[in-house]
Amino acid sequence: MRILVAMSGGVDSSVVAALLKQEGHEVIGATLQLYDHGQAVSRAGSCCAGRDILDARAVADRLDIPHYVIDAEERFRKSVIDRFAESYARGETPVPCVACNQGVKFTDLLGMARDLDCDAMATGHYVRRVEGEGRSELHRPADLSRDQSWFLFATTQDQLDYLRFPLGDMPDKDAVRGLAETFGLAIAAKPDSQDICFVPSGSYADVVETLRPETGGEGEIVTEDGRVLGRHEGIARYTVGQSKRLGDIHTKDGRRQIVKRIDATTRRIVVGPREGAGRTEFALRDMNWLTEPDAAGMRCEVQIRAREACRAACVYPVAGGARVVLDEPAMPAPGQACVLYQGSRVLGGGFILS
Amino acid sequence: MTVYLDANATECLRPSAMTAMLDALRCEGNPSSVHGPGRKARALLEAARSQIGSLWGMGPEQVVFTSGGTEANALAIHAFGQGRRVLVGATEHDAVRMASSHAEIVPVRGDGQLCLDALDRMLGSGGPALVCAMIANNETGILHPLEAIRDLCLRHGALLHVDAVQGAGRIALTCDGVTSMAVSGHKAGGAKGAGALLLGGELHVTPLMRGGGQERGRRGGTQPLQIIVGMAAAFQDACAQDWRPVADLRDRIDEFALSCGARVIGDRHAPRLPNTTSLSLWGVPAQTQLMMLDLAGFAVSTGSACSSGKVSASHVLSAMGLGEAAAQAIRISLPWNVTEEQVVAFKAAYRTMAERLGTRAA
Repeated sequence: MRILVAMSGGVDSSVVAALLKQEGHEVIGATLQLYDHGQAVSRAGSCCAGRDILDARAVADRLDIPHYVIDAEERFRKSVIDRFAESYARGETPVPCVACNQGVKFTDLLGMARDLDCDAMATGHYVRRVEGEGRSELHRPADLSRDQSWFLFATTQDQLDYLRFPLGDMPDKDAVRGLAETFGLAIAAKPDSQDICFVPSGSYADVVETLRPETGGEGEIVTEDGRVLGRHEGIARYTVGQSKRLGDIHTKDGRRQIVKRIDATTRRIVVGPREGAGRTEFALRDMNWLTEPDAAGMRCEVQIRAREACRAACVYPVAGGARVVLDEPAMPAPGQACVLYQGSRVLGGGFILS
Repeated sequence: MTVYLDANATECLRPSAMTAMLDALRCEGNPSSVHGPGRKARALLEAARSQIGSLWGMGPEQVVFTSGGTEANALAIHAFGQGRRVLVGATEHDAVRMASSHAEIVPVRGDGQLCLDALDRMLGSGGPALVCAMIANNETGILHPLEAIRDLCLRHGALLHVDAVQGAGRIALTCDGVTSMAVSGHKAGGAKGAGALLLGGELHVTPLMRGGGQERGRRGGTQPLQIIVGMAAAFQDACAQDWRPVADLRDRIDEFALSCGARVIGDRHAPRLPNTTSLSLWGVPAQTQLMMLDLAGFAVSTGSACSSGKVSASHVLSAMGLGEAAAQAIRISLPWNVTEEQVVAFKAAYRTMAERLGTRAA
């Protein structure tokens, strides 16, 4: 088979390319240039390519496969970074990695793979693709500590049919690093990538406030009935359901307080006691189904944050979205993903509406 | 087997250059040394200098060897741009565009040629100037009206530096009335690593690197003797070559591409190099075209690839007002030894690509 491998320059996708080459496939490496590295690290005149692109190229040379760098800067800025900032400006907490997988990777790069007459595209994601009855299924990986299925819920059935995830059955990261060493790849000991790739400084709020200045600056922290408890330093720094950055207010009246709502128009952070703060019902937008949805409602488990256990729920499909009814109350954060599982299988998912 | 159609990136090595370089490798002396081996090396170097100068009607004292085209351009702009405005054509190579921090951009017309009216206006206002214009564009092969540009410069008392990196050896050149001209050996079939700045008037230039005072104090550093000897042999052969058969093959590619639904940039509007054409396929990113042809065994290029390998929209085609098509064009530049069989094979691959991808836009 001719397979295009999305190579990030990290250990995982490098091992994927090596494995497929070893299996005898015609492997083509492609690395997305998502943002100008020179600008991101604020070093004028430095090369636009970061270390990762050079690493990917070195791995491709080592494996003797063709390798190309794809300019996705403009598309990434519009479809991921700008939307990331817009979402914060609406008072949400977005998941940029979902938007990136959905657009730049699984739409654009995958389209390019099809143009190049590839039979499949492979990535280094830790998920499993299982041939089910009549359709391919998306499952959690063998190594649950590396599970990326939550970030890939928006993969369409058509995309899933075309994709391959060779690392899904790896027992752990050490095994992958071991393979990298066996293949003689110089990046075998390279550290894992960080949370949000386009925020090398680690302060995503600074990025958001540069793009959407209205999210920056002080505002009030208030109770549900409008009583002002204190001031905050910008709405992009808060997430519904969390108590980070609340200072003294955190333990107000001896009760643990959390963010209940973010009101973007008045720039107010609304807090309340954690007890009894949860809700059992909420709506999802931009639903993606990887199964035939049951209009009468489906019993399943849902995961409403990247690193959190699943919760029992019943999900009812509606036009373009879904209504989720949890068995136990929780604090879903608008903008985050709600992914539906049955055992290890991803049934679909959508974004939480406020 | 790869079919190599990217001569404007680097030409195929000419056998005469290979032979000359292998012979010169036996010469171990430094051309600056005063002893016997040094004298032998210097004799070879000076023979190459005379040979190169005479190809364009110049004496040896008018030839300054450099590491290549980029350095020759940088040296000219460094030396002649001091105390002058630097006027740079919008489609110039980065070797020229990036050489001056205060360059003023002279627009080009839709056909890719420098806009003479604009140049006239710009020269007419403001102080003394250095004009930098390429003889032939590296991406499209389009030739600038050099005589008219030279006349304008003479009339306004401006200096003229010509970037002849793509033209030298492929078309006839004259240095009359030109301040300086940059050439590069590997674009003519020599090895990479040597070029020259040809000086038309003032023979002294302030060096970029002073070093040991080589090249009469105009460029420090030991000359790469073998590469320079190869460059001289390559230019000799390139200038003697009949390029009409190459132009004929290029024209056949153009006709064929048109029949596949492609657009030929600059076709029939402005004179072009004999070996170069730029083909755009509507709606298909240049990157995809390049990858598809590469995987099929054909080496072509897009105008603008940075050191990372990332392909962006071409500044040359953008300056010509081509809009989105600027990101959808590939350059085919036939090497001096291209064969008809290679062109036939390329046409088949191009049709396969155009049929597969070109229909999407419709």
